[in-house]
Amino acid sequence: MPLLTLDGIGVRLGGRQVLSDVSFSLDKGDFTGIIGPNGAGKTTLLRVILGLIEPSGGRVLIDGETLHRKNKAAIGYVPQKLVIDPDMPLRARDVVSLGLDGHRLGFTFPSRQRRELVEAALADVGADGYADARVGELSGGEQQRVLIAHALISRPRLLLLDEPLANLDLRSEQEIVAVLGKLAREHEISVLLSAHDMNPLLGVMDKIVYVANGHAASGATDDVVTSEGLTKLYGHHVDVVRVHGRVLVVAGD
Amino acid sequence: MFSGLMLNTWITASIVAVIAGMTGFFAVLRGETFASHAIPNGAFAGAAGASLLGINVIWGLLVFAVGGAFAIGALGGEGRGRNSRTDVVTALALVLMLGLGALFVSLGSQYAEETYADLFGEVFGISQGEVLPIAGLGIVAVVAIAAAFRPLMLTSALPEVAEARGVSTRRVDLYFLLVMAIATSMTVPVVGALLMFSLMIGPAAAARSVTSRPGTALALSVVIALATVWLSIALSYQTNWPLGFFVGTIGAAFYLIGLAARAAAPRRAVVLHRAG
Amino acid sequence: MHYLFEPGLFSSAPVRTALLVGAVVAITSGVIGVFTVLRGQSFAGHSLADVATTGGSGAFLVGINQFWGFLAAGVAAAALMETIGVQRRRGRDVATGVVLGAALGAAALFLYLGTLRTATTGASFTVLFGSIFVISPDTVPALVASGVIALLVVAVLARVLLLTSVSPDLARARGVNVRLVGIAYLAALAVSVSLAAVAIGAVLSTALLIGPSATALRITKSPARAMAASALVGLVTTWLGIVLAYDSYYWPPFGRGWPVSFFVVTLVLLGYLLSYIRPRKRLAPRPPGEEVQCSPA
Repeated sequence: MPLLTLDGIGVRLGGRQVLSDVSFSLDKGDFTGIIGPNGAGKTTLLRVILGLIEPSGGRVLIDGETLHRKNKAAIGYVPQKLVIDPDMPLRARDVVSLGLDGHRLGFTFPSRQRRELVEAALADVGADGYADARVGELSGGEQQRVLIAHALISRPRLLLLDEPLANLDLRSEQEIVAVLGKLAREHEISVLLSAHDMNPLLGVMDKIVYVANGHAASGATDDVVTSEGLTKLYGHHVDVVRVHGRVLVVAGD
Repeated sequence: MFSGLMLNTWITASIVAVIAGMTGFFAVLRGETFASHAIPNGAFAGAAGASLLGINVIWGLLVFAVGGAFAIGALGGEGRGRNSRTDVVTALALVLMLGLGALFVSLGSQYAEETYADLFGEVFGISQGEVLPIAGLGIVAVVAIAAAFRPLMLTSALPEVAEARGVSTRRVDLYFLLVMAIATSMTVPVVGALLMFSLMIGPAAAARSVTSRPGTALALSVVIALATVWLSIALSYQTNWPLGFFVGTIGAAFYLIGLAARAAAPRRAVVLHRAG
Repeated sequence: MHYLFEPGLFSSAPVRTALLVGAVVAITSGVIGVFTVLRGQSFAGHSLADVATTGGSGAFLVGINQFWGFLAAGVAAAALMETIGVQRRRGRDVATGVVLGAALGAAALFLYLGTLRTATTGASFTVLFGSIFVISPDTVPALVASGVIALLVVAVLARVLLLTSVSPDLARARGVNVRLVGIAYLAALAVSVSLAAVAIGAVLSTALLIGPSATALRITKSPARAMAASALVGLVTTWLGIVLAYDSYYWPPFGRGWPVSFFVVTLVLLGYLLSYIRPRKRLAPRPPGEEVQCSPA
């Protein structure tokens, strides 16, 4: 039984058919990348999985069941970079602590058990060094780690990240990929993230879902990312060039 | 309605409207709505203080308005430099000015009506002694804006380009805030401190909803401001209701008309949706 | 000490009422103010204050206690604001400004008509600048109750409010009704503004909302401690303001007394400036090269 299944998902937004017939599935521990050019519908797809957008067709299944409150808890969501005021009174550990019960009414009493959980989550992503820093003062890469820790602390089985590598410098990019790869391997958490460049992920990605022109093709990277396959997807001629272990998708003549 | 006493009001109010229209155009362009709240409040304190000391109200207005403008400029608290920290200081300073005003009013022998007039405007608010200074200030303000028209436009629209060309946005900011201070000193006796920004922002916002050409928008700002003020004076004179009420309401009405006109105009088909 | 606590301070009933109401106001504004800054809604607080002015003036015109006017107008505006939602900042500022202008204009009208009707002057002053020494004792229970309710609402919503200010999307993904939470919070804010309006006037109420919380945020980074500090700072400034205002009867011009609102506002600003004495430690400078990398597709 796959952890997550998308079956013939279509999405209509603003009178336009943004996505049609998108199907793929992923299993425990899979590292899957949703790759595609800007505007292709990657974020839309993620929001469908989170239940924030109603698809116009198709279904989303978690453990074989349609989305409801209980099984949605299996997904840990990491939104894209936050725009936070440096003055905001929230430390990294506060943000991570909210991952446990921030969505529930009432307030939290500090406890040793909670503190240990927060510290563990921060350590898992390598962010324990700035646990007490204001979130608004952290760099993009550091904030990203804090958000991952926030999602991790509730023990999800699937981590969903929206463009986690956007706006990061090269080194932070590599570090985040390493963190995510480690989580997938050592903690057996499935990772599903979107990106417009697949190259940083080639070393860790098990599967790819390539989204372009309102459609998607999924499977192993080498099977999906071919000149023929992408030409068919894009609807116009596209060349896939492999150079020094990197993949370039080039629009044809 | 056009008798001697009222003549002062008509003349002064017209000058005031012209300046408010021009200043408001740039204020809206530069996103300086907060300063247009803050400076008049400072001016109110100045008016109350002047009344306490027994000197001409205009001087009190000028001193406090200019002081407020400098303070805001020094804190870098508008437009680009704006963040929550400068917002906080500006807000607190704004409120402090009003608090000072409250203090001066309660210390002095000012009647409640005078306080009311300082805040909400008064048709007979212009005494003979104030017409000339206001007219003078008006000329100064017009010249100041005309002289700096191009740098003002450039720094409002493309601040980085302006910097690259050697135009200091900070200095232009300060310059503009000072112009606003002068405009405020003129307007507060007529329209009142709390509603002065209505006269600045409403017509300007309405104008730029209707047209995207800067020259036209500027002219339209002034025209709408004039219309607002004239209508307000006439209605206030007839009903005895406060001038500020009409300014606020008519200003808002013009703004809504502008929005409606914009919504009704045909739009080019643009793909607004981004699937991301 | 004798000069601070002038004779008759604590035996005076209006002063005791003022101290009680002042405490409720300060604590409520302090706590809610922290959330306001967190959510970047300081301008909303300011707008609500202006709308409250209209409500208070309307109440005066109709002849009921100003607090109910503040409250009704504030809550109505709060619901409206959240429903209309967040737009592009610049457009929203202008639109809000224009609406506030109309609201203040209406306030002007109400005050004028009310003054005609009741033939009393000075209503403008109390609506705009507060009336903490002239609160009638039978309104006190309502004031205290409102404050307590607002605090309870915020306490119950505290975690969710923090989560939504980190990322509304995240909150939504976890099943939070962000809009409803927003409305509840704004309603609590409206109550806080109304209370502050009674104490130091509608036009000055933002001082108690923004000042103590801004001061607290400079001192501490933990949200819980920020709320406690903010309430404490608000309490100290309000009580000190009340005491000084009482004392000022003995200052020139004698027998007049300076307005409480002036003291409170000045002390709030002073408190904020004092917090600059202890500069916040900043983290080490960010790693270089944090720019967007242009990668091939």
